[in-house]
Amino acid sequence: MNPVKVWECLVCGFVYDEAEGWPEEGIAPGTRWEDVPDDWCCPDCGAAKADFEMVETSRA
Amino acid sequence: MAEIAQPGGSPARASSASQAQRAPSASRSEQASQGRQATWRDGKRYLWLLGLVVPAYPFTAWGLVELTGSGFFWWSALLIVFGLVPLLDLLVGKDSNNPPDSVLAWLEGDRYYRWCTYLYLPLQYAGLVLACWLWTTGGLSAADRAGLTVTVGVVAGLGINTAHELGHKKESLERWLARIALAQTFYGHFYIEHNRGHHVRVATPEDPASSRLGQTFWAFLPRSVFGSLRSGWHLEKARLARRGKGPWTPQNDVLNAWAMSAALFGALAVAFGPGVLPYLAVQAVIGFCLLEVVNYLEHYGLLRQKGATGRYERCTPRHSWNSDDIASNVFLYHLQRHSDHHANPTRRYQALRHFEESPQLPSGYAGMILLALVPPLWRRVMDPLVLAHYGGDVARANIQPRRRARVLARYGGGAA
Repeated sequence: MNPVKVWECLVCGFVYDEAEGWPEEGIAPGTRWEDVPDDWCCPDCGAAKADFEMVETSRA
Repeated sequence: MAEIAQPGGSPARASSASQAQRAPSASRSEQASQGRQATWRDGKRYLWLLGLVVPAYPFTAWGLVELTGSGFFWWSALLIVFGLVPLLDLLVGKDSNNPPDSVLAWLEGDRYYRWCTYLYLPLQYAGLVLACWLWTTGGLSAADRAGLTVTVGVVAGLGINTAHELGHKKESLERWLARIALAQTFYGHFYIEHNRGHHVRVATPEDPASSRLGQTFWAFLPRSVFGSLRSGWHLEKARLARRGKGPWTPQNDVLNAWAMSAALFGALAVAFGPGVLPYLAVQAVIGFCLLEVVNYLEHYGLLRQKGATGRYERCTPRHSWNSDDIASNVFLYHLQRHSDHHANPTRRYQALRHFEESPQLPSGYAGMILLALVPPLWRRVMDPLVLAHYGGDVARANIQPRRRARVLARYGGGAA
């Protein structure tokens, strides 16, 4: 199984950790980045999903 | 143009709003349909070169003074920015044309547009060096030197706009160019604060760079200047703390940006004598005040509502003032298509789009700046627009706390 990845918003630095998901908006823990809806955007600054980049594989 | 979303609006609505806003970027990755790509023409393509007229202005002014013998031309940058451009906005009109989604990827990839912004920098700094030479050895009168300082300040201020365009990009070269462009105004902390502070807190009472209904530009100016400085410092301190470092390190991007400015001013003082320092200080202040007055226009009175979770709703096109006036957009690299900029901050200027649902300013930024300087006029024009945007419900606007009672008394009557 692939390691869990962490994605960071290039604009404001918000971090999406696949292990944690974003339950506040129904994105369950463990949701892979590619399964996050394309219209989802940064909860902090509103930047598009395309403005995130992978920063690390999380220590699991 | 009334806003529909309510405080704590349902997730369904929020998601449909974000879908509408985002649809084009989703299809950006799809391969462009060749037919449309071939037929669509960018009407502004060559107009973007006009942006370079601004940094060349110290040279133009010098030439005009030499030609005519009139010192008036040292001041003429003011007439161009606040006379000619607003007039052109009125005469030339607006352009609400959007590039079709299918050409966005191609349009962003075309390197010609990047060069239009990169070239601002060598002209900006050549103009600064010319000005240092003229201030010290040009034999100018005090009035002429003052006029030249204002002109250089205008170039520096629009240089922050260029830095803004570059500082949002993913490529490190462009981020570096942004920092260099900011050195002239000692505003390197803007690059930190703007991306990681302003873009997060935009259109909330917590953002020092989002102006509030009832707040005059003159009250906004110190709050934005010092609030943004404080915020930029704390953001950088927090970032370094996460890496186990204190703030006093050369890796602190606020400190190293200021070091770049200090090195620039120091080098100019060595080359032309310490006599240039007061001029450099004044042009920097003019430059960043120009940026701050533009900040004042961009989100006046607009407020993101707080949802049930205590988090603000996402920034949508309804949270930025926009203008499609062609002349001022050309000189500002589409900064006035501000809603799309907040939705897609790394999108390049040539690909920014107009949104029907975003509130529109009655004129381009150049004209609105003049209004902002005269608070009674500004209130008269803008307060009704804020009120209309919120369907008459002033309580949904971002209101200056100190004036809250007065604003509610004046505008509260229209609330349903």
